[in-house]
Amino acid sequence: MLVNRRLLVRVFLFTLLVSSLAILKSGESKISTADPNPADALAAWQQVYSVLTSPRCINCHTATNYPQQGDDRHRHFANVIRGPEGKGVPALNCVSCHQESNADSTGVPGGPNWHLAPLSMRWQDVNDQPLSSAAVCRAVTDRLKNHNMDGRALLKHHQEEELVLWAWNPGRRPDGTMRTLPPLTHGEFVDATRRWVDAGTPCPKAR
Amino acid sequence: MATYQLNVNGKNREVTVDPSTPLLWVLREELKMTGTKYGCGISACGACTVHVAGVATRSCVVPVSLIGGPIVTIEGVGQDPVGRVVQNAWVEKDVVQCGYCQSGQIMSAVALLKATPKPSQTNIEESMGGNLCRCATYVRIREAIESASQQLK
Repeated sequence: MLVNRRLLVRVFLFTLLVSSLAILKSGESKISTADPNPADALAAWQQVYSVLTSPRCINCHTATNYPQQGDDRHRHFANVIRGPEGKGVPALNCVSCHQESNADSTGVPGGPNWHLAPLSMRWQDVNDQPLSSAAVCRAVTDRLKNHNMDGRALLKHHQEEELVLWAWNPGRRPDGTMRTLPPLTHGEFVDATRRWVDAGTPCPKAR
Repeated sequence: MATYQLNVNGKNREVTVDPSTPLLWVLREELKMTGTKYGCGISACGACTVHVAGVATRSCVVPVSLIGGPIVTIEGVGQDPVGRVVQNAWVEKDVVQCGYCQSGQIMSAVALLKATPKPSQTNIEESMGGNLCRCATYVRIREAIESASQQLK
């Protein structure tokens, strides 16, 4: 009787071990080995990069004391500055003009919690030139700089963050024309992010 | 057209306007409160500044449909202790020349001092940098803010 019970315990523990290994292996494959082709993963990142460095995104990822505006990414007018939390300064806050949604009748864009990205997430140099693909990738994937987001969290950020979504609903300019959209649709952007994340968020080498 | 209930300087006001109408024109044309000025119409000069939910707001670019809190204008800011001190400092320093931009200047100065009662020179320059004065009364504006700051505890 005692022998049978020991045998049963051993069988149970063995089954548990095998199941755990299987679960670990399947989880691992989803995160880092689903895409076996590094070139495809880097191509997916390059698509992501093309969106991140488009004006609707990069204008608020500056390395300077001010945001930018327009497709030519010129310095924001009216002496607007970053402020200690990326939300402007008293009497000249971002929300002094930018409301919870676009104001198409006056041409002022808006979205929830309108603010600049932190300097740790700058995607430009101090001369307002976009950083290289490799440099932006390193910043985006550095959990000390990106609010501790892993690949899955980055994907969720690109899927759901309201100011990210704003880039595909940027409203009208003061002259009534529509603002330029990023080079990919939001769906394409998310798909590219997913392929890059599934491959383990690889970054280009070099600079 | 749509009807909006606004709280302006502590009083409830009802207006029926197009939702896209900027708050500035609701104040001036519908409520006949002309202390808030039209300067540039693109939020570049600050003449139209009012407070919405305590935040200095450029009323020329914010449609009434997006207003989300009580409004304070130059006509009502003197009811506030900080506002009263700032207005007195403006008189004390004889800040005004033509006066057109000054309601916006005062509203911004009050917002600054409510957030930062003891502002540095940099704080003043940054916060007031969005308010233009074609008479160039900037030196007296800064002196009035410093004077008001000294009177605030």
